[in-house]
Amino acid sequence: MADYTLWHALTGGILIGLGSLLATALSGKIPGISGVFGRLLIPATPDKKWRFLFLLGLIGGAALSFLLWDSAALFRPMRPLVVMGLAGLLVGLGTRIGGGCTSGHGVCGVGTGAKDSIAATLIFVGVAMVTVLIYNRAVL
Amino acid sequence: MKAGRFFLIFLAGALFGTGLAVSGMTDPGRVIGFLDIFGSWDPALLFVMAGAVGVYGLGMLILRRFQNQNLKLPSTASSPIDRQLIIGAAIFGVGWGLGGFCPGPALANLGTLRIEALLFVPAMAIGMLLAQRFFGADQGR
Repeated sequence: MADYTLWHALTGGILIGLGSLLATALSGKIPGISGVFGRLLIPATPDKKWRFLFLLGLIGGAALSFLLWDSAALFRPMRPLVVMGLAGLLVGLGTRIGGGCTSGHGVCGVGTGAKDSIAATLIFVGVAMVTVLIYNRAVL
Repeated sequence: MKAGRFFLIFLAGALFGTGLAVSGMTDPGRVIGFLDIFGSWDPALLFVMAGAVGVYGLGMLILRRFQNQNLKLPSTASSPIDRQLIIGAAIFGVGWGLGGFCPGPALANLGTLRIEALLFVPAMAIGMLLAQRFFGADQGR
């Protein structure tokens, strides 16, 4: 798997869908990453164990893939670190105010045809495209 | 939850993380390449979403038929499209476009101790805590 093709994109997407499906069946919750992670930060959350193990699996699965395949290990940082910090803050704020991220709204919500998730996904993809456009014009 | 279930939930996470890495979504360059529609556009993210949405949607349709006391599925009914949803999604969009990281890929890069992830994830946690403290996020369930 040295050279990346769109088959990698489709295959990876299928794995993401399968992982989400299995986590939904086991937890009885919509396993969006921002919600799984965000609720770990709340002391009163009763079901922390599966959340922690799911994220641990995610980190482990990715780390192993980086070791196994060159195309998976490709990493091109695009922004200075100060911008990454600001981006992280906004992603944390926005995903919890809006109730989901690319996985909770984008994969699970769109997959089951939830209108709120379809709206959220259209908004965050659209706003992100405009943000990239402005950043590239203004900064680069 | 029994021990076997906990192993399976770890496996679910591993499938997810492997999918993120194999699909190239852990690379901010590829994500921003998709978002940069006026640059040299990279369609990969669209194929990732198609695969994930297709499998999840179809899988949920099938799982619904087997629902019983051992298999409880969450409600997938839509919440109202209100101000919170719109403003939150827009703020997330700005952050996603700025960094090229959404929560999954940022966490996925923690294992290899990428400095970008080591900075992004704590900042994200602070943003989430602020959303929970001051904007009433995550109060239900």
